[in-house]
Amino acid sequence: MADANIYGGLLGGALIGLAAALLLLVNGRIAGVSGICAGLISANPLREKFWRAAFVMGLVSGSALYGWIHGATPLRLQTGSAGLLLAGLLVGFGTRLSSGCTSGHGVCGLARRSPRSLVATITFIAFGVLTVYLTRHVF
Amino acid sequence: MLPILTSFIIATLFSVGLIIAEMTDPARVIGFLDIAGRWDATLLLVMGGALAVTLPLFPWIQRRKKSLLGEPLRVPTARRIDARLIIGAAIFGIGWGLGGFCPGPALASLASAIPGVILFVIAMAVGQWLAGRINS
Repeated sequence: MADANIYGGLLGGALIGLAAALLLLVNGRIAGVSGICAGLISANPLREKFWRAAFVMGLVSGSALYGWIHGATPLRLQTGSAGLLLAGLLVGFGTRLSSGCTSGHGVCGLARRSPRSLVATITFIAFGVLTVYLTRHVF
Repeated sequence: MLPILTSFIIATLFSVGLIIAEMTDPARVIGFLDIAGRWDATLLLVMGGALAVTLPLFPWIQRRKKSLLGEPLRVPTARRIDARLIIGAAIFGIGWGLGGFCPGPALASLASAIPGVILFVIAMAVGQWLAGRINS
């Protein structure tokens, strides 16, 4: 077993959960990152696009701000350009088709006790595990 | 104007959470998915930490008629577990296992300006657009 980041994981997770709860409480929206992005690239009134664009900019600025204060955090790419291109296409396509990702289905959907989100979360974790097993231990 | 500002601030908090949890490091994510290798429990702790907050708070917030800014609470209404949900989640899982990025961490990592991350995010937007065309 690798060394898990116990405190960072729990504290970071709690902050993610707090942000998701705040977006629902203050803005009345679900903090599902794939859904927020999808609404940005599909036909939507400008008013809908602005808060979504602000959310994406907030994601970038949070990490930029943290990096500026504490220095860059590790980011160890696990595959080359072709792999990242394919992975990005699959992640974009799959999350749009299933209306959610790790945050929308995993964090918010489970909190709403949504059976759809439970099925989606189990499915994407299972296929992630299967993919890593095949790419790291079989081929 | 105010919803735009609060969205930005809340996303900044979300992003700092991702970074403290090291979810912007694909090695951590792949480590969690690699149950036959050196398994890394960090992602499980992140989900646990997040759900410890959202599980009790969401039902309480959802009892409200309107958000603090006076907007209606927009919560998904779909209930059917259909092929699109399962096939989409499976495709997402394969991409997640290949790259170790899901949408939130990928966008937060744009700040690093690493070409591979930018490539992933552009491909992700194209993938979303393609799925949107199929949906409509």
